[in-house]
Amino acid sequence: MTSRRALKDRILIGLTFVCVVIAIVPLATILYYVTVRGLPAISLEFFTKVTPPPSVAEGMGNAVQGTLLLVGLATCIGIPFGVLSGVYISEYGKNLFGRTVRFFGDVLVGNPSIVFGLLVAIVIVSPTHGYSVVAGSVALGTLMIPIVTVATAEALKMVPNSIREASTALGVRKWRTSLLVVSNAKSGVATGALLATARIMGETAPLLLTAGSSTLWYNGLWRPVASLPSYIYLFGISPFPDWITLAWGAAFILIVIVMGINITVRMLTRRRSDAGG
Amino acid sequence: MGARRSRADATFKVIVIVFASSVLVLALLFFYEFGSAASQTLRLGLSFLSGSEWNPVDNVYGVLPMIYGSFVTSAIALVLGVPVSLGVAIFLSELSPRTLRAPIGFVVELLAAVPSVVYGLWGLLVFAPFLRTYVYPSIQSYLGFIPIFGGRLYSSSILTAGIVLAIMIIPIVSAVSRDALLAVPNSQREAAYALGATKSEAIQMSVLSYARSGILASIILGLGRAFGETMAVVMVVGNTPYISGSIFSPGYTLASLIANEYSEASSPTYISALVEAGLVLMVVVLLTNLAARYLIQRLGRNREAASYL
Amino acid sequence: MPVGSRDSGDGSGFAALNELGPGASPGAGIEIKRLCAFYGRKQALYDIDLRIPPNQVTAMIGPSGCGKSTLIRCINRMHEMIPDASVSGQILLHGVDVYGGSMDATDVRRRIGMVFQKPNPFPNMSISDNVVAGLKLNGVRDKGRLHQRAKECLEKVYLWDEVKDELKRSGASLSGGQQQRLCIARALAIEPEVILMDEPCSALDPTATAKIEELIAELKTQYTVVIVTHNMQQASRVADHTAFMYLGKLIEYGETAMIFERPREELTERYITGKFG
Repeated sequence: MTSRRALKDRILIGLTFVCVVIAIVPLATILYYVTVRGLPAISLEFFTKVTPPPSVAEGMGNAVQGTLLLVGLATCIGIPFGVLSGVYISEYGKNLFGRTVRFFGDVLVGNPSIVFGLLVAIVIVSPTHGYSVVAGSVALGTLMIPIVTVATAEALKMVPNSIREASTALGVRKWRTSLLVVSNAKSGVATGALLATARIMGETAPLLLTAGSSTLWYNGLWRPVASLPSYIYLFGISPFPDWITLAWGAAFILIVIVMGINITVRMLTRRRSDAGG
Repeated sequence: MGARRSRADATFKVIVIVFASSVLVLALLFFYEFGSAASQTLRLGLSFLSGSEWNPVDNVYGVLPMIYGSFVTSAIALVLGVPVSLGVAIFLSELSPRTLRAPIGFVVELLAAVPSVVYGLWGLLVFAPFLRTYVYPSIQSYLGFIPIFGGRLYSSSILTAGIVLAIMIIPIVSAVSRDALLAVPNSQREAAYALGATKSEAIQMSVLSYARSGILASIILGLGRAFGETMAVVMVVGNTPYISGSIFSPGYTLASLIANEYSEASSPTYISALVEAGLVLMVVVLLTNLAARYLIQRLGRNREAASYL
Repeated sequence: MPVGSRDSGDGSGFAALNELGPGASPGAGIEIKRLCAFYGRKQALYDIDLRIPPNQVTAMIGPSGCGKSTLIRCINRMHEMIPDASVSGQILLHGVDVYGGSMDATDVRRRIGMVFQKPNPFPNMSISDNVVAGLKLNGVRDKGRLHQRAKECLEKVYLWDEVKDELKRSGASLSGGQQQRLCIARALAIEPEVILMDEPCSALDPTATAKIEELIAELKTQYTVVIVTHNMQQASRVADHTAFMYLGKLIEYGETAMIFERPREELTERYITGKFG
């Protein structure tokens, strides 16, 4: 073999390693900057005070409250609808209706989140003349439905058919059998739900169109509300350095929670797949 | 076992069906609402799509600059992001020592967990100034004679948005490509090695060409993701509704248009113009996803055709 | 480099150059010395000493797991591609150790070709591109030369007439037997000295098998052929010499007729008469 071939081989292999480094460096720098610039902003005041413009930045308590509220309500929509849709697809849906649901579930998963916001803006915000907690939660919740549906359907698909057959053969009713299948796949289903929750926690675009933003604490389901992601955006693009620092702080909190959920969930599933089978 | 169906069974089935219909209801809502908005704006005619002037004050709505911006930023994202993603996929599938595979793959997946708005914040406050100060001048000094690299340098620009998008699509493109590479049967690799191929030659000859449609699918999925990305883009693209010849200039995308202007949209025409922009966005992303799905299904069939026994 | 023209005089069958007809280019003899092979810490081959004569067909037989495939994969250095696999001992080609420093693994594999149990043509390449794939690796670009070589090799394996009008079709579009002959043509194109065959007919029907056995008988005029087979009748049909292996050890080796009619070892006799394996 010519030395030219050997050299070319070594260069190409080296290049793939360079690609891995290029892929990892941005993650590292984002985490670094978010921590370095965001951590100083975190204090008790961050969670207890509010910053009405154009005053000096004091806290983002209302944004934290808003995010918890919006995400909490959204999961009440997203998880039940999503899980049950997934159950339908997997256990009942071997027909045209089921295949259609699955198809649209897959399609909607890829839909840009802002389009969900637009839909809810048309359907809810316009008639009710304003941004609201309800609109925001519905936007996030409907965004969750396809994600949880597909994740649940996939998790249930992994449950071996022998369990369904054994249960039916013992005379167990179909609905109980389905619940049995779900409980067999509960870690997969829970993973899907948790990852979807982490995902909507960071969603901004739909909220800008539905929940708007507010400089006050929560004051009604039909009033606009602040949220961490929208504050990261609004404070981040502002010209005030102290506001920008708060934006970094919000980013830090958000990253800690979202990454925390992701890392924990993935590590737990990895361990199970190593141990189990 | 008699034919008696318990009431609980029937009830459960109904509940599940009702909840599952939510997916279909959602889909229908999308098409209905967006469709009716589109018919409203169609009174303005096809100049909506082809018009290059966006002037809500004078009721002129042409989204060509935004379509241009969405496509160019996505194209840049693909040109920069796909090779890196392929490199990562090849490394993880063919070259990496077994123990490193899981950790590295995991870290790459974490890139996808970072919320878009955080990419935007970092992009706006850290990355864009960095690019503007250290990278863009050098690019312009070498390539400035080509028109797309000419013009004034801005930190918020089409190019900046494209680079940030490139980073954001790495997880999906590398994950799907990696699956495609792992699906190549080992007998193909052995055939190449038995002919005296080096590692990289064997990968090119036996793995990459076999996994072609899967890799193509991953690229199309990356395109869809980049096209629909909103917050990171709205914070670094400059939000300027003009088509410029240079990628160093600011621009506008469909998604960032909606995010940026919806809160200020006062008149019904303005709002339906934005909704129709949303329709265009949704349709393009939908088409890319369908194309990718088709390719992935064909990959499955190809594998069967290739197993000749 | 010396051509295998020694007559070692010990009856092992190394032919003198002038015993081969005019125009026949000789294959090389292989000398295996104290070869041990490992998968991690598990030993698969124990001190194999074997001399494979040039321009003859040597068969390796034995029950599953006896190490015959491992052995031939050591000859063309494919064994080491398995993670944690290792080898000790020597394998001499023309007196030069293939594991020595002077030879690159890729050079070894160019000179010692291999045909696998399951035919593996490249499905995304045409028939002619498949044949010359190895040539292109070695830098041959001239289209005329490539086409010429493809024709020669396809003729050698009796595939030319069957495919000459469809050279652009995918390599995977042929029948099983045709695919295997294509793989043999592909191996021949780079002019190896030795051809290793790992149960080349086990995935084929009897007609295709017969065609390939005829081909093997012709190939030995130009190449040294080593064939692993679990089919003893096949070994007695095609091979000049046969080696019987059991549990990683070489039990007996000699002329095929001797092995099958008057084996020296009891184990060999029991295997031949079907008492095990």
